[in-house]
Parts: sequence; C-alpha cells; structure tokens
Amino acid sequence: MSAMTIESAGQALISLKDITKVYGSGTAAVHALRGVDLKIEAGEFVAVMGPSGSGKSTCMNILGCLDTPTSGTYRFKGMDVGSLSRDGRALLRRNYFGFVFQGFNLLSRTSALENVELPLIYRGVPAGRRHERARDALRAVGLEGWEYHTPAELSGGQQQRVAIARAMVIEPEVLMADEPTGNLDSTRGREIMELLRSFNAERGVTVVMVTHDAGMAHYAQRTVRFLDGLIDSEEMNRKGAAS
Amino acid sequence: MIWETVVLALRAIRRNVLRSFLTILGIVIGVAAVITMVTLGDGATEQVRADISSLGSNMLQIRPGQGFRGPGGVRIAAERFKIADVHAIEREIYGLEAVAPISDQAAQAIYGNRNWATSVMGSTNDYLAVRDWQLSEGRVFTEGELHSGRAVCILGSTVVRELFGDQDPLGAFIRLDRLSCQVVGVLASKGQSSFGQDQDDMVLVPLKTLQRRIMGSTDVEAVMVSASDGVSTQAVREDIERLMRERRKIAPDKDDDFHVRDMQEIVSTLTSTTRVLTALLGAVAAVSLLVGGIGIMNIMLVSVTERTREIGTRLAIGALEREVLMQFLIEAVVLSSLGGVFGIILGLSAAALGAHLLMVPFVLNPGIIAVAFLFSATVGVVFGFFPARQAARMDPIEALRHE
Repeated sequence: MSAMTIESAGQALISLKDITKVYGSGTAAVHALRGVDLKIEAGEFVAVMGPSGSGKSTCMNILGCLDTPTSGTYRFKGMDVGSLSRDGRALLRRNYFGFVFQGFNLLSRTSALENVELPLIYRGVPAGRRHERARDALRAVGLEGWEYHTPAELSGGQQQRVAIARAMVIEPEVLMADEPTGNLDSTRGREIMELLRSFNAERGVTVVMVTHDAGMAHYAQRTVRFLDGLIDSEEMNRKGAAS
Repeated sequence: MIWETVVLALRAIRRNVLRSFLTILGIVIGVAAVITMVTLGDGATEQVRADISSLGSNMLQIRPGQGFRGPGGVRIAAERFKIADVHAIEREIYGLEAVAPISDQAAQAIYGNRNWATSVMGSTNDYLAVRDWQLSEGRVFTEGELHSGRAVCILGSTVVRELFGDQDPLGAFIRLDRLSCQVVGVLASKGQSSFGQDQDDMVLVPLKTLQRRIMGSTDVEAVMVSASDGVSTQAVREDIERLMRERRKIAPDKDDDFHVRDMQEIVSTLTSTTRVLTALLGAVAAVSLLVGGIGIMNIMLVSVTERTREIGTRLAIGALEREVLMQFLIEAVVLSSLGGVFGIILGLSAAALGAHLLMVPFVLNPGIIAVAFLFSATVGVVFGFFPARQAARMDPIEALRHE
C-alpha cells in the first residue's frame, strides 16, 4: 500500500471519471457502461437504482474493486485502482471493503462465529483476538447467543445479519451492499436497512447499496439512478439528508 | 497462515465426513496394500533366512566335481576326497570350529517286522557340531567307536518314529541293509529344510563303519566345515580352495575340480529372490495408490465446482489467489495424509493378521511406513494442484453469481 500515492487530501473517497465497460468485442460487444462520472464522499449512504441491464451491477463491481473498467479512471482515496493487479485489488478489498450480498453467501455447515471470523483470518488476526472481534460484531447486529448456529439454523434475516457482521468486522471504509433486502420480506428488510443506517450514522462507514425497492432507497441520503449504461439522475433524499 | 489453513482444511473435511472418507478410501487401500505386501514379504525373507540359518549359516561344504548337483544328482568323475584331505583341512586351515567328513548311502533300516528306506550318513561327532544339532536321547560316538568303525548308530527322529513307534530305541539293534548295528543316541528333531527335505529322515554312523561295512570304499564324499564366530566364511573358503588345489595338484591355468559351497551365499541368493518378489508386489500395490490419487483429484474438482460461491465469497472479502490455491492444496494434502495414516494402520493390522495366518514373522519396516506416508502426501500435492489452481483462478464476480 505504501507505494500508492494519495494525490489530494481534499478529494472524494470514491471518484469515477468517464468509466466505460465493454464486454466482448466487435459487433457482439456489449457496452455495459458508457461513460460514468460519480463521486462518493466518506460517510455517505448512497442507493443505486435502475432497471436490469442498466449497468448498475457492473458499476458496483467496479466500485467494489471486483472488476476493472475498460477505460476511465477510478480513484479510491486518491489511489488509481485501474493500475492495481488482481492481488492488489484483493488487498484493497481486504482492508477497506465490506460486502453484503443478496444471497447472503455464508459458508454452509459453518457456525455464525466462524463465518464472521473469515475476513480476519485473511488479515492474519490471531485466534483469540479474532473470536473476540467476531463476537462483538455479532452482538452489534443483535445476534448474541447465536454464535454457534449454522446458516441452515438461522432465518433469512438472521443470515443477512451474520453477513453484515462479517462485512463490518474488519471496520471497513466502505460497505458494498448488493440488494441486501432482495431475499427478505419487507419487515426483515426494514430491520436490515435500520441496521445499515445505524452503522452509517454511528460508525461513519460509507454505504453503497444497490436496490430495486424505492422504499429501501429512502434510507439512503442520495439515490443514483442508472439507465442504459449512464447515470440518468441523482437526487438527495429528504429523510436521509435530514439525518 | 499455513497452520490456519490446515485448521480450515480440517474444518472443511469435518463438514462432510462421509464424502471425505470415500475420497480417501483409494489412498487408504493403496497404502494398506503396499504396507501389507512389503511387511509380509519382509517376513517371508526373514523366514527363509532363519530356515537356512538352521542349516548353519557359517557352514561350508566341499565336494569334488564342479558345481552343486543337488541331492541325487550325478557328479562328474573327479577324484574323490580321502580322509587325509580332511585331516589336512583340520591341520592347515585357520578359524574352523569343526570339520566333518561325510559320505552317505541309501539303505533299508529294519527293526523287527518294520522297515524303512532311509539314508545312512557316515561322519564323526563334528557333523553334529557343524550342523549345530543336539541329541534328544543317548550319547554321541566314542573315540574308540569312531576309530575302529564299530556298528553303532544315532537315529533321526523320523526313523525312530517309523521303526520304534512309542518304544525306546536306545540299546536296540537295527539292521542297515546287512549290517546289524546298536542304537546309542537319538537326534533332536530339525523338521523340514527350506528345500523341503525331511532332515530327520537319516541314520548317523561312524564314517569308518559306513566306508568299511556298507560302501566298501575309503572315499569321503564331501567335507562340511563350520567357521568360528567372527571368522569370515569368504576367507575360509579361499584358504580351503588354495589348499585343495595344492593337494590335488591342479595347474594354475586349470579350473578347480572341486567346489566349495558357502551357506552364506545360498542365504543371500534366496533372500534376494524373495526381496525382488516383495518389491514387485509392493510396486503393484503402489499402482493402486496412483488410482487413489486420481480419486482425490476427481473429488477435489467436484468440490471446487460445488464450492464456487464459497470461493467467490473468499475472493470478494480479499483472499489472494495463492491463499485460495494453498487452501485447496492443503485440503487435498490433509485428505491424502489422513488416508495415508489410516492406510498405515489398516496395512499393519492386515500384515499382522497375515503374518499370523501364513506363520511368517511380523517384521516392522519403518522405512516403508515413512515412504508410504510421504508418497500419499505427495499424491495430495500432485493431484490437488490442478483443482486448487482452478479454484484460485476463478473470477470472483462469476463465482459469486454461481448457483
């Protein structure tokens, strides 16, 4: 990490400049992103919306350093992510990003505690400290007493809480949530959203969330809408902006 | 990190006990087969060595003619030994424990209304020393009996059983062809030789008795000698060869017309034969280890496909390519090593049982156990690498989306 330079301290946490992403080539080429400019400040809660195929998922993958743009510049904390190797991006994710997926993506037949410990293992945290932090993270999502249950023994809402604990246990800068409430009923969904908003408000973690549900998008401060590979509109939410 | 990965691998294995067990079954059987074959083979080698040692492993036999014709074989016409040759060996060769001239002839042994075809061996008390043979009853020959060629004999236990049944043979007179001869002793039973001969089916008489009263010649068929402990049989053999060439006036450019046979040499020939057989059996068993390795690769590939989402999750939360590679590689190695351990336990148990059934000694060979274990771990590395690399190179986005 030390080799990377921070160009300007006053810059946004995340800045996308004229990002394009093309899958395939020639006449079969699919232009998923056609020149996206986006800035996200540290501590923001941003909802990303848009119909299927609008490019929002591709954009999320690029934001989460899982994918690289075909052209354009992505700066994270001033670092040029585009110049990083596969392992370089993995290290970036390991240290700064937490991920929450629609399908939870917990390891089956593995206790909640061991699931939450997983990112800490890759960060080389010693076992004792790891258990402690994983327990704290589970307590923070309201799952105290469920540490030794496997995903199959937990409800969907509880599984997503475990996933959020796993994302938050490394104290990330950015929490990337890809339709986190997509597999949950609206009551559980609202509980998850409250949890995300409280982490955003109390711990200052930047949240970027993809959602189809306008009701869920209201929890965010800002909504970015994608259409045909471009940002169609951006709006500040009154409710989110107020908090 | 390595230790963490081993713990993770053990967790992954524990998560699916039945499949893990089936995966390593091939390795278990392969290692068990190698261990069993080699252990039993070593036992058989040891058995052969012990059998031949019972003949006297520091024993040498000198016979006229070239090469060993085997019992009953035709010997080429070479000058026979005389008793003077035996005395020369006794006098001039250093490091001998005992020197026994021997001649033997087939004869009919008769006692009362029973008779038994056996072989009559003419020698001295040294014969018993050379063969390391004890008497179970009676006494050895006296100096007087040996000198004058008296009609006395010592019976092998088979002959006692056939002629006397449960009766006491000591002091009885038996007939050997036309010679009436008093039993003075009975030999302890030696059982079958490793060539399948009944060693107890013989009658021992003084050499002179045999020469004068049965064979009617003064020839000595062969000389058996035993080297003292710590004396090289090779050196004794060379000394005897030199002495005999001199006595038989063989020109330096001519081949020997006699042959010195070293039991040590027979031991090494026979044990090397069983060793080759052991190696062959072991090699066949090793093929099943290879098959076991392919089994591991197969299951690891299935496992990688099945756990695509898990791999995607690991990559997303920041696992490096080489960490995922190591995880699956170590999982394969831990699996195959577990297979190796179970295989060694199973193989040793099977070998112990087999050794008991085949009545060969159980010889523990730590070398082959170490080799089998290392080989099984290597199988894990070799056959786990391809699936592990496939896991490590996955695109995290594709992997996360995988159903």
